[in-house]
Amino acid sequence: MSSEARSSNEEPSSGSAPSSAAPVRGEKSLTARDLRVEFGLPGGRVARAVDGVDLDVAPGEIVALAGESGCGKTTLARTLLGLERSTGGTVAFGGEPLRYSTKALKAYRRQVQLVLQDPSGALNPRHTVYDAVAEGLRIHGITDDEPGRVADALSRAGLRPPEQFFLAYPHELSGGQRQRVVIAGALVLRPSILIADEPVASLDASVRGEILALLLRLKEEQGLGALVITHDLGLAWSIADRIAIMYLGRIVEQGPVEQVLTAPRHPYTRALVSVLPGAPALKEAVPEPIVLAGELPDASRIPGGCRFRPRCQEVAAGRAAEVLHRCESEDLEILGPESAPHLVACHLDRARREDARDGGARMAV
Amino acid sequence: MTLLEFKDLHVTYTGSRGRIPAVRGVDLKVESGRTLGIAGESGCGKSTLAMAVLRLLPKSAEVTGEILLNGEDLLTMGWGRLRAVRWTGASIVFQGAMHSLNAVHRIGRQVAEPILLHEEGISPNEAAERAEALLERVGLPSSRARSYPHELSGGQRQRVMIAMALACDPDLIIADEATTALDVMVQAQVLQLISGLVTERGVGLVMISHDLSVLSEVCDEVAVMYAGSVVEQGPAHEVFANARHPYSAALGAAFPVIGDPASRKRPGGLAGDPPDPVRLPDGCAFRPRCAVAVERCGEEVPALLAVPGAAGEGPARVSACFVAQEGEPVVV
Ligand SMILES: Nc1ncnc2c1ncn2[C@@H]1O[C@H](COP(=O)(O)OP(=O)(O)O)[C@@H](O)[C@H]1O
Ligand SMILES: Nc1ncnc2c1ncn2[C@@H]1O[C@H](COP(=O)(O)OP(=O)(O)O)[C@@H](O)[C@H]1O
Ligand code: SF4
Ligand code: SF4
Ligand SMILES: [Mg+2]
Ligand SMILES: [Mg+2]
Repeated sequence: MSSEARSSNEEPSSGSAPSSAAPVRGEKSLTARDLRVEFGLPGGRVARAVDGVDLDVAPGEIVALAGESGCGKTTLARTLLGLERSTGGTVAFGGEPLRYSTKALKAYRRQVQLVLQDPSGALNPRHTVYDAVAEGLRIHGITDDEPGRVADALSRAGLRPPEQFFLAYPHELSGGQRQRVVIAGALVLRPSILIADEPVASLDASVRGEILALLLRLKEEQGLGALVITHDLGLAWSIADRIAIMYLGRIVEQGPVEQVLTAPRHPYTRALVSVLPGAPALKEAVPEPIVLAGELPDASRIPGGCRFRPRCQEVAAGRAAEVLHRCESEDLEILGPESAPHLVACHLDRARREDARDGGARMAV
Repeated sequence: MTLLEFKDLHVTYTGSRGRIPAVRGVDLKVESGRTLGIAGESGCGKSTLAMAVLRLLPKSAEVTGEILLNGEDLLTMGWGRLRAVRWTGASIVFQGAMHSLNAVHRIGRQVAEPILLHEEGISPNEAAERAEALLERVGLPSSRARSYPHELSGGQRQRVMIAMALACDPDLIIADEATTALDVMVQAQVLQLISGLVTERGVGLVMISHDLSVLSEVCDEVAVMYAGSVVEQGPAHEVFANARHPYSAALGAAFPVIGDPASRKRPGGLAGDPPDPVRLPDGCAFRPRCAVAVERCGEEVPALLAVPGAAGEGPARVSACFVAQEGEPVVV
């Protein structure tokens, strides 16, 4: 893989709205480089659930990770949290590779916290809100000013005045309030990054907004970073700064939300965006719905060449003829975490951009 | 003749906490070849309404009013007639096909079962052939007839449920959150399939979903339910683009329009939960969550009445909101 290949993807960052709080890279960033997670299956097959991922999440930014179920989102999240060991590549926090001793992991979890998906599953019905939120402090042996820390976490999660919620049980709260308690439980250790796997999937539509608004506010006002895993592109539009589209263990397109969702370039992203119900503004970018046939293949049967080829609408329609040999035989390089604003892993996209550039250069001469 | 009509339907469960009025006075109509969407948060009575059509409610449920299918009242129909109507007159596709399919029987047998039950003189072989043809019709290879449910993906199982619902050529299909658990692409495949059936076969479709963007795409008309009652009804696109009830407006705001700068980084929605049906507030049931409530809202229950549409014109709209009925804006 050459550096040229990456730079050919670059595009001036035009049209993207400036983020209100600029992300802070470095000391407290979570990074993945060439991350791989394989699972051995009966019969000697191997599922490559995460198959080479570069990703950065910095304090002060929300990154959405989107893709169909089975593409490896949860495995990636678990690996970033140290709950799953990678079989290749690295996870690092503040530049320090993750170590897996109990002590090192405990220290790491004070910085990078998981927000569980389903508030009714995450909360014990017999524990009060106070106990649910204090649990993290107790696990970490933090004993000074427990009530103060719990109150602070609850009020940061928007449950105010916090003392009024101390003795409440989950069943006495609304669905949105329960999810706030779960988030308070993650905030109590004052982490710099949250990893939220489908944080609102189990909530009613009308209640989702308040939780998403909370995540947005935590980012903007308190500089929290978050990786939000979702199959819902609308959620990314509601809160994320950047989005990574995952397909069969790889990120196939990533960049600022405005660019990726309104001017998608990878055929897979284009198909996903085209079938979104009720999005007239996108009709310009992708006029006709592209309903892909079939389903995501198994992670133990990742096709050679471009992994999307068997379902690629460009190949099916004969529009990729000029690069078909590459689609069939050349895997695409791993997209860098942010070496350019909008990155796409597709031979056809690359060829078209090169043509456009050459054409443009000729005209300039 | 109207295919399906609910007339002043009430369903009341009796539970350990007392009487639970789950459906409170619903009037709706569905014509052949048309799609009616029913929207609303969980607990607002959508599934109860669906199950009432085929009398699948528990015995403890008290049902009043009428449900007419092709003019015949389903609620007073004898069991023999009702058995015939299930599958041939109307069928339901539920969410979570895993629970509705029998884990120990092959797919083909399960799809063939209603055919064998309802068509006199059909041989098991013919029924099996029909089942395979149905599987192909919903986009599954006929070889899937020999699979067991656990060997299929969620999307494939949902297709099997649709194949079963089609088995006896019903006039009406009720899809209760039939695509909710599916990924966008599989959801698009299933929605395409369902919409195709409506246009090709002229079946009537009742599509129940909490996802307004899905409903506005698939349905001709939408009824929004809140606490057991319809609070707004009208052409699908209109109801979400220009809501005439504060609750439909809040539901619509919960689904951002990708590409629309107005919804970028502005998650919308509504705080709080739907009311507990055992303890409904006085007056308008939406009042505790309503940002535009006026004094009258706490005293009287608003009826579902015609309201001025967009700019006072446009197609007929009905809303159960005093403020909308005055022609005032329903969002602050
Ligand atoms: N513990 C495991 N053992 C074997 N295969 C697994 C395991 N966990 C996940 N996989 C496989 O890895 C792939 C990715 O799964 P997952 O990370 O759960 O995806 P997602 O969260 O996007 O739905 C799937 O093909 C899944 O079957
Ligand atoms: N079998 C039952 N017994 C008692 N209450 C029920 C039963 N089924 C549903 N309910 C109650 O009736 C109301 C409506 O439920 P349901 O029709 O399932 O709503 P939805 O499908 O819109 O989520 C809810 O308050 C629910 O708790
Ligand atoms: S590389 Fe080829 S097969 Fe892959 S997405 Fe691009 S055009 Fe399609
Ligand atoms: S009737 Fe009153 S409380 Fe009910 S929705 Fe309208 S304004 Fe709100
Ligand atoms: Mg997952
Ligand atoms: Mg339901």
